[in-house]
Amino acid sequence: MKFRFDSDQWSEIFSALSRNKTRTFLTAFGIFWGVFMLLLLMGGGRGLESTLANNFAGFANNSGFMMAAPTSEAYKGFKKGRRWFIETRDVQLIRSSVPELEIVSPTISNWRGTAAYGTNKSNVTVKGEYPDVDKIDDPKIRKGRALNDVDVNKRRKVCTIGSRIVEELFTTDENALGKFIIIDGIHYQVVGISGKSEGGVSIGGNATTTVHIPYTTMQHTYNRGNKVDILCLTAREGYKMSDIQKKVEGVIKRIHTIHPDDTQAVLTVNAEAIFSMIDNLFQGVSILVWLIGLGTLFSGAIGVSNIMVVTVKERTTEIGIRRAIGATPTDILTMIMSESIVLTLVAGLSGMTFAVLVLQVVEKALQDDTSGATFQISFGVAVGAATLLALLGVLAGLAPTIRAMAIKPVDAMREE
Amino acid sequence: MMISLKGLHKTYKGAQPLHVLKGIDLEIKEGEFVAIMGASGSGKSTLLNILGILDDYDEGEYTLNGTLIKNLSETKAAGYRNRMIGFVFQSFNLIPYKDALENVALPLFYQGVSRRKRNAIAMEYLDKVGLRDWASHLPGEMSGGQKQRVAIARALITHPQIILADEPTGALDSKTTIEVMELLKELNQQGLTIIVVTHEADVAAQTNRTIHIVDGQLGGKD
Repeated sequence: MKFRFDSDQWSEIFSALSRNKTRTFLTAFGIFWGVFMLLLLMGGGRGLESTLANNFAGFANNSGFMMAAPTSEAYKGFKKGRRWFIETRDVQLIRSSVPELEIVSPTISNWRGTAAYGTNKSNVTVKGEYPDVDKIDDPKIRKGRALNDVDVNKRRKVCTIGSRIVEELFTTDENALGKFIIIDGIHYQVVGISGKSEGGVSIGGNATTTVHIPYTTMQHTYNRGNKVDILCLTAREGYKMSDIQKKVEGVIKRIHTIHPDDTQAVLTVNAEAIFSMIDNLFQGVSILVWLIGLGTLFSGAIGVSNIMVVTVKERTTEIGIRRAIGATPTDILTMIMSESIVLTLVAGLSGMTFAVLVLQVVEKALQDDTSGATFQISFGVAVGAATLLALLGVLAGLAPTIRAMAIKPVDAMREE
Repeated sequence: MMISLKGLHKTYKGAQPLHVLKGIDLEIKEGEFVAIMGASGSGKSTLLNILGILDDYDEGEYTLNGTLIKNLSETKAAGYRNRMIGFVFQSFNLIPYKDALENVALPLFYQGVSRRKRNAIAMEYLDKVGLRDWASHLPGEMSGGQKQRVAIARALITHPQIILADEPTGALDSKTTIEVMELLKELNQQGLTIIVVTHEADVAAQTNRTIHIVDGQLGGKD
């Protein structure tokens, strides 16, 4: 078994493929389109996923949130419909009785706040927070600094503000950092600007119109006492939020004398469950993409195989002559196989190039809106696709090769 | 002895087995110019196919220049065909999309000879048949006589032991028939063994020996 492959082989392949240009083009188009569709859909799926991922960026996915709501069951002398609140003293109790939790951080909010600087005003959400909440919902401080423990301990009147507030209160050439703005009638110094973009997911409202101030400061200036609005939780490595949240709920119900079967008194949001739902959705999308893409690609390969079988039939005499003057079966195999592989690869790689080009254009066009969503396929995918194409070329060449190998030189000579 | 056939039998299997060759004994010496004549269906094509290692036989022995040709693998048969036999066909059997030079050089391609070397050799052989100026022409641009001369150059390029010509003049007019026969005679005079299958008596008359095949057996010789 000896393969002869030199520059002649290339010119043989080229002349064989260029003899019927229309047919070669139409056959190649099947492969071209298959690869194009597969990669385009993959890129689209990836882009969608990364757009969504950007919205969740900086958001801990093993987190959960709890809020108080009126009870729905009468319990131990309390009638149903009683209003209750999570309180600051609960935090310590939950920490000690549920060791699987990493962070237990209370927040309080004022959803209808106003911020003012000079004559400019802006409607904002004011949130009182401890610094550790940044680990759940990272404010992505772009300028200045985030709130810290000293701010909380000293009840400083400092704040970090969202990008929208900066736009509404300050002119473009003004530096907001260090300025004092008035929030609900009290002066605060701006120490940091959040870099979170529009549409991003955050706790309790749009991050671009949110003012963050130290928890203790908010407790006093808004006279909130011990009442907590939202309790933010994250689980330690290796624990699932959905399991732990039941335990926390139990502790809270015990403290506040709520019926253990009351399903409405404690509102819980589980980010992990939402994330896993989105994960599943994209897994489904990705399966669909592969199914459609590979289906198109396979039908293209079958087209190549089909046309090559016809071509071989047309070239019976030629193959017979070649056999008569000394071509071995291996020579014929190399000839037909290489034609099939070259056709598939060239068509497929052009499809890939075109898909990469289109995805690049889409990515560039959407860059401003979605802040860095990636549509482009990765290098690994490209290499994988090229390998798959070579394999498809071999598969497509199988039937015509078997047919060509069966041609006896005698048959060619009988043809007049 | 160049060719030696002993008790050769060939049957085409099928629903109705066809016993084509019924015990052929034949000897052809080196340097002979032999014509095989016979009516259609007499088995002369089958005999030529066996001589050309294009087909196998069932019984008997075929020795070509001292090599027993029997039950060869496809690859081995291809190698023998390439090095020992030069074919000339009635319908020329040139590859239509290759020019004269490439057609002549093709057997050397399957020997693994480099492109430059085989093109040089091919040009030499084209010159021998008087077609040097036609090297870059496609078969479609040539006359029948020219095509047959290209085919003869292709048959000669590997220095074969025998030339097998199947009705080499069957598609040619009388003038070019004479040309081609003159060329074959000239090659014979240079010492080449040539076997021509024909049904034209005046073609057979130009050879040294005519073998008649009738109903799968050798008939009279003259």
